[in-house]
Amino acid sequence: MRAAGVILAVAVALAIQTTLARFLVRGTVAVDLVLVAVVYVALRSGPVTGMLAGTFAGLIQDALTTGVIGIGGLAKTIVGFLAGIIGTQFIVAQPLPRFVVFFGATVLHAVIFMGLYVLTNQRDFGTPYAAVLGQSVGNAVVGVVAFQVVEFLPGAMERRRARSGSRLRR
Amino acid sequence: MLDIRQRSGYLFLAVILGHVLLISAQVNSRSGVPVLEAVTFGIFSEVQRGVSSGVNSVRHFWGGYVGLRQTQIENEELKRQLAEAQVALQAQRALADRARGLEKLLELKDRISLQTTAAEIIGAAATPDFRTVTIDKGTRDGLRQDMAIISPAGVVGRVVVPSARSAKVQLLIDRNAAAGALIERSRAQGVVVGAGDERLRLEYVSEAADIVTGDIVVTSGIDGIYPKGFVIGRVDSVEKSGPAYKRITVKPAVDFSSIEEVLVVTTPTPAHEAAQGVSE
Repeated sequence: MRAAGVILAVAVALAIQTTLARFLVRGTVAVDLVLVAVVYVALRSGPVTGMLAGTFAGLIQDALTTGVIGIGGLAKTIVGFLAGIIGTQFIVAQPLPRFVVFFGATVLHAVIFMGLYVLTNQRDFGTPYAAVLGQSVGNAVVGVVAFQVVEFLPGAMERRRARSGSRLRR
Repeated sequence: MLDIRQRSGYLFLAVILGHVLLISAQVNSRSGVPVLEAVTFGIFSEVQRGVSSGVNSVRHFWGGYVGLRQTQIENEELKRQLAEAQVALQAQRALADRARGLEKLLELKDRISLQTTAAEIIGAAATPDFRTVTIDKGTRDGLRQDMAIISPAGVVGRVVVPSARSAKVQLLIDRNAAAGALIERSRAQGVVVGAGDERLRLEYVSEAADIVTGDIVVTSGIDGIYPKGFVIGRVDSVEKSGPAYKRITVKPAVDFSSIEEVLVVTTPTPAHEAAQGVSE
C-alpha cells in the first residue's frame, strides 16, 4: 500500500470519526475508526507501514484532543507494528481471525493508552472494562466489514464485466 | 542504501523512543497550550470546517428543499425563539436566585451584563476517550481560553484551545472537566466532575449537606470560569455510607449527544479580569 493510500485511509477515518460519526450515532461514538484504519493498513502492508500509520494517525488524534500528545501515538504505533507482524506471520484471511486481531488490537491499545495516562497521573478512567469491551467488539465488526467490502468490490466489478461480455457474445 | 524495512526493529525502537521523549517533555513542563497542539488543531479544524460545511450543505439542501420546504424554515425559527426563551429563563432563574438576598449588588451587576456569542459545532472528538467538540468561532471572534460554553438547556463546557477561526471545547462530561456547583434548593456546595460517559458526579460535598434525588444543580461561580446560577443538571441518585455521601450522580441538563449550536460567554469572569490585571 502506497504512502498516499495510507495517509488517505487515515484522513478518511479521522474525517468520519470527527464529523460524520456525530450525525450517524448522535455523538456517542464507541468505535475508534482511526484505530481500525491503522490495523487494516498493518494487516495489508506489514509492520513498518502499520507502525508509521499508527504514529501518524495517533499523533494527529492526540493533537485534536485535550490529552498528552504522544500517548495515543505510542499506543497506535505499537498496535500497528504488532498487527503488521501478525499479518505477515499468520494467515489472517478469514473473518474470524480478522475479528480476533481487531478485537485484540483494541484491547492492547486501551491498555497502553489508559495505562500511560494513569501512570503519568494525567487522567483517571475509573473502571473502563465495559467501555473497552464495547469498543473492541465495535472496532472488530467495523474492521471485518471493511475488509469484506474492500475485497468484494474488485470481484463485483470483474463479475459485471464478465456478464456484459457474455451478453455481447450472445 | 539502507532499506528501513529490513531494519524494522530499530525503526520501531526509534519511534517508540521519540514518543516517550515527546510525552516526557509535556508531562514534566506543561504550561498553557502546547504550540504543536495549537498549530495542528488549527490546521485540522479547517479540514473539519470544510467537511462539516459540505455535510451541512447536503443536509440543508435535503431538509430545506427536497423535504419539507416551508416547515423546515418555520421549525428553525421556532427553535431559535425557543432557545432565546430558554436563555431568558436561565437569566430569570439567576435573577431569582440572587433575589434571595444572599448576593451582593456588585456580583449581581456582573451577571446581568452577560454577553454571549453563538457558535456551531463543526466536529466531534477524534478519539472516543475524550469528550471534546470543535466550534466554528475562534480568537477572531473574541474567544479566549477558559471561556464558558452554555446552551439554552444549561452548561456545556469550556474553551480549551482557541485558534483563529475555531476552538476546541472540553465538554463538562469529559473525565478531566469540573465545575463549581451548588444545589439550588439547599445551597449545598460541591464540585461537579465528568465521568466520561453521559453522567456527572458531584464530589466534595459536606456530610451535613441536604441533597435528595431530583434536586437541581447549578453553577456556583467559584471556579472563575462558569457564571453563577446556570443549570448543570439534576441529581440522579444519592448513595450514602453512614453520614457521608458515597456517590452523587447528576444527569446533565444538556443532551451532549445531539447538541449542534452553543453560546460562548464572552463576558470576562472575575478570574479573567484578575489575570489580566496581573499581566498588565
